Amino acid sequence: MTPGSDHRNRWGVAATAVVLACALPLVLSNYQTFQLTLALIYAIALFGLNLLTGYNGQISLGHGAFYAIGAYTAAILMDHYDLPYWATIVPAGVVCLGAGFLFGLPALRLEGLYLALATFALAVCTPQLLKYKLIEKWTGGVQGIVLLKPDPPLDLPISADRWLYYFTLAITVLAFLFGWNLLRGRTGRALVAIRDHPIAAETMGINAALYKSLAFGVSAMYTGIAGALGAIVVQFVAPDSFSPFLSISFLVGVVVGGLASISGAIFGGLVVEFIPNVADSISKAAPWAIYGIFLLGFMYLMPSGVAGALRVLAMRKTTRQTQGAHVAPPLTRSTGEVPQKSQ
Amino acid sequence: MSRATLITTAIAAAVILAASPGHAQKKYGPGASDTEIKIGQTMPYSGPASAYGAIGKAEAAYFKMVNEEKGGINGRKVNFISLDDGYSPPKTVEQVRRLVEEDQVLATFQTLGTPSNTAIHKYMNAKKVPQLFVATGATKWGDPKNFPWTMGWQPNYQAEAKIYIKYIRDNIPNAKIGMLIQNDDYGKDYLVGVNDALGEKDKAMLVKVVTYEVTDPTIDSQIIDLKASGANVFINITTPKFATMAIRKAYDIDWHPTQFLNNVSTSVGSVLTPAGLEKAKGVITIQYYKDPTDPKWKDEPDFKQWQAWMKKYNPDANAEDGFNAYGYAAAATLEQALRQCGDDLTRENVMKQAANLKDVKIPMLQPGVLVNTSPTDFYPIEQGVLSKFNGTTWETFGPVVSASNS
Repeated sequence: MTPGSDHRNRWGVAATAVVLACALPLVLSNYQTFQLTLALIYAIALFGLNLLTGYNGQISLGHGAFYAIGAYTAAILMDHYDLPYWATIVPAGVVCLGAGFLFGLPALRLEGLYLALATFALAVCTPQLLKYKLIEKWTGGVQGIVLLKPDPPLDLPISADRWLYYFTLAITVLAFLFGWNLLRGRTGRALVAIRDHPIAAETMGINAALYKSLAFGVSAMYTGIAGALGAIVVQFVAPDSFSPFLSISFLVGVVVGGLASISGAIFGGLVVEFIPNVADSISKAAPWAIYGIFLLGFMYLMPSGVAGALRVLAMRKTTRQTQGAHVAPPLTRSTGEVPQKSQ
Repeated sequence: MSRATLITTAIAAAVILAASPGHAQKKYGPGASDTEIKIGQTMPYSGPASAYGAIGKAEAAYFKMVNEEKGGINGRKVNFISLDDGYSPPKTVEQVRRLVEEDQVLATFQTLGTPSNTAIHKYMNAKKVPQLFVATGATKWGDPKNFPWTMGWQPNYQAEAKIYIKYIRDNIPNAKIGMLIQNDDYGKDYLVGVNDALGEKDKAMLVKVVTYEVTDPTIDSQIIDLKASGANVFINITTPKFATMAIRKAYDIDWHPTQFLNNVSTSVGSVLTPAGLEKAKGVITIQYYKDPTDPKWKDEPDFKQWQAWMKKYNPDANAEDGFNAYGYAAAATLEQALRQCGDDLTRENVMKQAANLKDVKIPMLQPGVLVNTSPTDFYPIEQGVLSKFNGTTWETFGPVVSASNS
């Protein structure tokens, strides 16, 4: 197998996925389309978190906060400044880029579990801060903000749900292309180098502080964009929408989907969206226990996430086809672990 | 097709068409048929408010009883679909859309939580699906002019406040009212009720209003402020944790006004006991359903029936939990509205009958508390019985009082 064919292969898979994603709403009901839209939105958020946790090795338990900031930015712009929905995506991303970068600066001093706790603090205080009375004029306090559902433009003969799905899909594709481009070059290598061996990375001349805070900013930007889309699609934001559990389910989605994997974000999005529904349909008495069993199952059967498991499967197939050919072992690095402590 | 068959077919079609008006009384909207009525619900079975899940389970158990013992409602079994939303509004939107668009329910019933119901308020009204008897006390659910498809159930916060003011007017001359409220829409709802009831004329009776945030560690300074204002009536609009603190602090600083405590914080076990039962003596509240721990109901027929139902259909639930009485009464209200629909089970008629409940007696509500609605009154329960805490239990006194929005 030559690198070229592998490359073509990957483009082929991506193109097929996009075509499939475009065709799906044609056979699904409005409600199912709406669910898929939510899964796509979670995928964007997870891509952001993956950038930070999977590629750069910084654990965040607070991305629900950036999701909330993005959602509120979009909602306030639509509600108070009458901006059309599509014009709120970029501002939401920019606000979260700034917020993430600023939060990333002090977070530089924290590593591993300590960073996880610091970000968790962010997730815990977000719902209460959103109720704060000085900003109630904009946030609507506990009542939140109710938004209007956007209609398809140019009188397109499709339902509003389908239109929002295609709108979200377009942004997802753009976001993933941008992220893929970022990760395959210098920046991506620098992020991974910092994750795997920070001291060696700095010796190579990588500005670890800058890259780490940038990773935080870009990661927050992705999650903020997802939050804005979430607000538009759900048509409602309120403090209770952004409980700490949202942040945790993001981390769950990233790990179950596949760390340091672009396609992992998509699988993660599907997991975040659909597993709670499956759990609820199995047991009303203990939906969280079922959720836990699912997680255990995932982690036990697919330790490198859904994306990792698929990669292993694909490799096995190629190995069988081209017997004797040398195939590199799959990448299943754990994150945040420095292989060798320099002491 | 030969001419003969064509003619026969035409005649047959004509006969069917002609015959169909004969069935005109039977009209079905989505979710209703000769055999079934589909009702949907979202409930926080998981998440921060999962204690309320008991309500959903009690309601499911009630409809099971209706199906098994009464053969359903007018011969149709109730298919009750209750989904978990984890008290998260986006999840509520998703689950309610599933109920309306996939499961095609006739109506939703007792969807729980103010934020969750706010999230689906516009959707339900745009889709013209009855959003019946929502499980929240906010006043905004009774707005038939702007939201003709949404209806509350329990006494709303403003109505409760009006009942207190009425009592104060009649019984406490020269009342000077001090009020403590939580700084959110729940607290403000009560304040609106108090101001409305006092009107321009008695505005001066309200001498002091202080607020607290749910994040505040204590409310000591607020209570000291209230005492300093010279108030001799204390209206305590707080959630359980703060209600405990307020009752204790007032007693400890030797402030002894006539105290009114809102209905959400009247649990003896979790509010009054930690405050000190002695310190809570004399506190007044309003009750509208029968508290299962109150021994005085034990011989009432509806209470006995409720106990038997708990044993048979809801055996895993905590028999002391008031939510089981609440769910039972709410489900009975829906049963009544659906019975009134007869064979016309369209969404329009469900809404029409829900707005046409006249002096309906519902089991497990306080004696004398009746359910009343009309096309302009979307507040089913607006009555209650004043109760005073005697040091061990709530003791009802006086007649049924009401604060219908007139």
